[in-house]
Amino acid sequence: MEHGKIVEWLVKPGDYVRRGDLVAVVDTDKTVMDVESFQEGVVADLLVDIGETVPVGTPLARITQTPAEVGPPSHEAPPARPVAAEPESVKAAPPREAPPIAPPVRHLAHRLGVDTGRIHGTGKDGAVTRADVEHAVAARPPTAGRVRSSPRARRLAAELGVELSAVPGTGPAGAVTVEDVQRSAAHHPEAGPPESVAAPAAAEPAVAAPAAAPAAAEPAVAAPDRVATLRRAIGALMSRSKQTIPHYYLSTTLDLRAAVGWMQTVNAQRPVASRLVPSALLLKAAALAAKDVPEVNGFYVDGAYRPSAAVHLGVAVALRQGGLVAPAIHDADTLALDELMEQLRDLVGRARAGRLQRAEMADPTITVTNLGDLGVDSVYGVIYPPQVAMVGFGRVLEQPWAENGMLGVRSAAIATLSADHRVSDGLRGGRFLARIEELLQKPDEL
Amino acid sequence: MNEQDARAAVRAALGKVAPEVELDDVDGDARLRQDLELDSLDFLRLVETIDEGTGVDIPERDYPAVATVNGLISYLAAHG
Repeated sequence: MEHGKIVEWLVKPGDYVRRGDLVAVVDTDKTVMDVESFQEGVVADLLVDIGETVPVGTPLARITQTPAEVGPPSHEAPPARPVAAEPESVKAAPPREAPPIAPPVRHLAHRLGVDTGRIHGTGKDGAVTRADVEHAVAARPPTAGRVRSSPRARRLAAELGVELSAVPGTGPAGAVTVEDVQRSAAHHPEAGPPESVAAPAAAEPAVAAPAAAPAAAEPAVAAPDRVATLRRAIGALMSRSKQTIPHYYLSTTLDLRAAVGWMQTVNAQRPVASRLVPSALLLKAAALAAKDVPEVNGFYVDGAYRPSAAVHLGVAVALRQGGLVAPAIHDADTLALDELMEQLRDLVGRARAGRLQRAEMADPTITVTNLGDLGVDSVYGVIYPPQVAMVGFGRVLEQPWAENGMLGVRSAAIATLSADHRVSDGLRGGRFLARIEELLQKPDEL
Repeated sequence: MNEQDARAAVRAALGKVAPEVELDDVDGDARLRQDLELDSLDFLRLVETIDEGTGVDIPERDYPAVATVNGLISYLAAHG
């Protein structure tokens, strides 16, 4: 094996990795393999783009060791070399006189990127306390923003030992380009190995819970940290869902000829700001159908199902930096289509900006995922507990449609239902999907 | 509108809708929906932002013509 091609990154800058964590998937001439980190710390930079082929031994990522783990920060952050066939042994942490510190406090310091060796302990026998760590964080100067740069420029910088943040960028929005790095390296041929970058975000990550979303409520958390936190929260919630909810799955193909035709006619007469998208029609139909089939709309709590009189329609929103949230459009079944469209745009905008309200996160009585909007034919979602159903809409596309012995072309989409068998079974679930289809045949009444 | 102005308008609109996308790093044939991962609401907002910035209101029937970055730039250059 001489070369490897990165086919997938399993971590992002800001992610915390432990020794042995998988960080990337690499395609070699023999096989596709997962590569692991030989370092513990925070991913500072990815140095190789997906799809790039590089020789074995090329640094793939730069990992900043958290000071709490390695002691004095003079320690340099060596790049991980996961592709190397012979992993280098990890350098042992230099010995030092460590102040007494309780494990929970050490954990906190570690997470916050605080070097406990540099804190003056105020506890018993000079022990470092939780308050000491928090003070250290508060006293820390704000961390510099991430340097805009291309992956190629970052890798070159790492290879040449150039500190990116010290390079004046001439690219778009001041981004550091490959040329900038080369110029800087030429001026400072004696530049040493890269110093570790700024410590990770100071704020405490939101607690992973259903209300997870709530990353939203803490805009102070730096983005990469928030993404990692959100990912963990989603993982915990979805694991709980799959472990406790006996899902069953149904699908049906929706005839959207009437709905799409009607929407195109309406949109042709409207300025762009008030145009509709197919999602709005699908969401409205789902909300009305949920009202008609109460077994899919409510919460399963403490061993009992509590149907909801109101339909608060959760809408799964993919965040552009990764992860998703599913806030509610309240009383979606009662909203006029235009009103629902307006609220949808507002909700998605705020979800992506991290400005959701708590009630929007807590209230959904049933959730819709509309992944078809990004190209998949069908999506079978995982139910958000304590809800009991998840509706999935695939992409709207033209397809051959046979009816009454004739073949034509119609807009269509696949609707799916994942539902909780403790509450309903396939007959009622099927009724729900059939109701959606019926409603979509009269789009002007939605 | 010349090609350069059209490109600037697309850059500005993308900057609002998908801030992490750097127009100069994107292949001209990149598809806005599939490759840049704009969903239908993002796309609507892109069209709206372009309308606000340039006065070019792209009707729905022309969406196929503006499915790629270069398609969008050419469309604006021709209609602006």
